[in-house]
Amino acid sequence: MDASLATAFSPDSVLLQRSAGSWREAIGLAGEGLTTAGIATEGYTAAMIHAVEVNGPYIVIAPGFALAHARPSEEVLRWGMSLVTLAEPVQFGADAHDPVYVVVGLAAVDKDQHIAALMALGEKLADPEFVNSLLKLSRFDDLIHLLS
Amino acid sequence: MKILAVCGEGIGTSVLLKMNADRVLKRLGIDALVEATDIDTANATRDAQIFLTTAGLEDRLVKGPAEIIAIEKVFDLEELSDKLSAALL
Repeated sequence: MDASLATAFSPDSVLLQRSAGSWREAIGLAGEGLTTAGIATEGYTAAMIHAVEVNGPYIVIAPGFALAHARPSEEVLRWGMSLVTLAEPVQFGADAHDPVYVVVGLAAVDKDQHIAALMALGEKLADPEFVNSLLKLSRFDDLIHLLS
Repeated sequence: MKILAVCGEGIGTSVLLKMNADRVLKRLGIDALVEATDIDTANATRDAQIFLTTAGLEDRLVKGPAEIIAIEKVFDLEELSDKLSAALL
């Protein structure tokens, strides 16, 4: 299995069974994971929220699953991902895939370094049970096990 | 044959769209180059036959020589296959 997907996450970037009152708060948590792990700054969190305000909820790419991200910028310190699972789902206004239970925050420094990990995540998402598996996680180590 | 997979930022959703489009095109036996990119870059590109994007973003793409295909579900390979084959076969 692709080691680069597991290495995208760190204990600080994984927030399990958290509460969010709105899609903005849910992306805010994904941003919190990125900032706590030293992957990106708070400005990147704002950029991820702004991207949805401008482009709509197309980041909800699979049932219950949002891939929050913004463009590479100086707000990104290194490429990486955060994971948020929500105790209660939130609505993104994404007809086909609402409500959202899981948000992955993606920070990229360019168009290349994160691609292998992202495509490995895409392989996982092709399995409809993958989001449910993420929802059952209670420890960071379980995530690494799931991705390995 | 050049296809652009387009999303707002060009680094996330479009990459996954490209990944699944590559898979479907191979299955259909269609030889095409799929590149992931952002909306602004796509709108400045004139040599693509198809803009493949996610539902909700198609209105942001400027109508030009490229046919615009909007996908509801990025991981629904049947939908991708149906829409790509309708456009290409």
